[in-house]
Amino acid sequence: MGAQIRVYRQKIASTSSMRKIFKAMELIAASRIGKARSRVAASLPYANAITRAVTAVASQADVDHPLTTEPDNVRRAAVLVMTSDRGLAGSYSASVLKQAEHLVELLREEGKEVKTYLVGRKAQAYFDFRSREYARVWTGNTDSPHFETARELREILLEDFATDYEQGGVDEIHVVYTQFKSMVTQEPTVIRLLPLEVVEEETETPTDELLPLYEFEPSPEEVLDALLPRYIDSRLFNAQLQAAASELAARQRAMKAAGDNAGELIKKYTRLRNNARQAEITQELSEIVAGADALND
Amino acid sequence: MAELQVEIVAADHFVWSGAAKKLIKARTVNGEIGVLPGHVPTLAVLAAGDLEIEPVSGSRFTVQIDGGFLSVDSDRVVIVADNAVLDNAA
Repeated sequence: MGAQIRVYRQKIASTSSMRKIFKAMELIAASRIGKARSRVAASLPYANAITRAVTAVASQADVDHPLTTEPDNVRRAAVLVMTSDRGLAGSYSASVLKQAEHLVELLREEGKEVKTYLVGRKAQAYFDFRSREYARVWTGNTDSPHFETARELREILLEDFATDYEQGGVDEIHVVYTQFKSMVTQEPTVIRLLPLEVVEEETETPTDELLPLYEFEPSPEEVLDALLPRYIDSRLFNAQLQAAASELAARQRAMKAAGDNAGELIKKYTRLRNNARQAEITQELSEIVAGADALND
Repeated sequence: MAELQVEIVAADHFVWSGAAKKLIKARTVNGEIGVLPGHVPTLAVLAAGDLEIEPVSGSRFTVQIDGGFLSVDSDRVVIVADNAVLDNAA
């Protein structure tokens, strides 16, 4: 009987120390979400300015740029998957990977070869465990991405995009990341990065505003040459920042749920422990009473 | 006199915005360019270098940028830099 109480006590102690950890992780994630969200907001002026400029060039200069031209025949597609480095974020990485699997399957059905690029240790672990091939992996800082990483991603992806199919190049590039919609909804999203479709998103200026006739310095082609890589940078960076904010939000939610569950468990074990203790007392009493009765007889 | 609305943004943060009398100089890949109010709409590719601005209030200052582009349309100047550092002499 005493052993039973001891087991419950141990369980209560270990659950409450776990609850402390969950609580701490929840608070850390909560405090970092604000920063991650403000970084998303801080990158918006740049994204807006670039989108506006690209739209301006694309709308008036009739230039054919290799990055915007649809290839006649897509034989190989690249998929960039953005997950987190660390776990304990609920279904965050799992749902991105699921979305990526879905996309890969779709591309294969269309008869395209797929080349994968990974971001985050979780994606790497997933692919390594299934011994699947991937072209490249970037790890570290998924919860506070640097702009340099976005640029590096772009350089590698553009290089592959510029390479011919025969040399292992790709004809289109997709990105799978988690879109941060609000604190409670984050949605795994697929965008096609290349060939470019210039989309106007999150611009505050009304879209029906007429764009002026620009003069280009030095020439429309060169301006476009300089603009498009930056446009890709900004889209990749935005995807990374949103993924980071989503990761933290997912972690906060997961840790809150874990903390609540730990509380429930503690309550349950406390009841069981009290029950066991009472049973022990009752048994001792009845033993004493039975002993006294035996002496009286 | 008309003035310019200048906005300088870097990839991950907002650098400066305000009214300016003129953009003294900026270095494009072709050479230096200056912008006064009433400038023709322009999109220019910037090279690494200093950018000098004369704001309406306060003294002129420079911003170091490492490449980017500049757009001017109806007295609105947007400078988009990969990275920009404000040298605030004032």
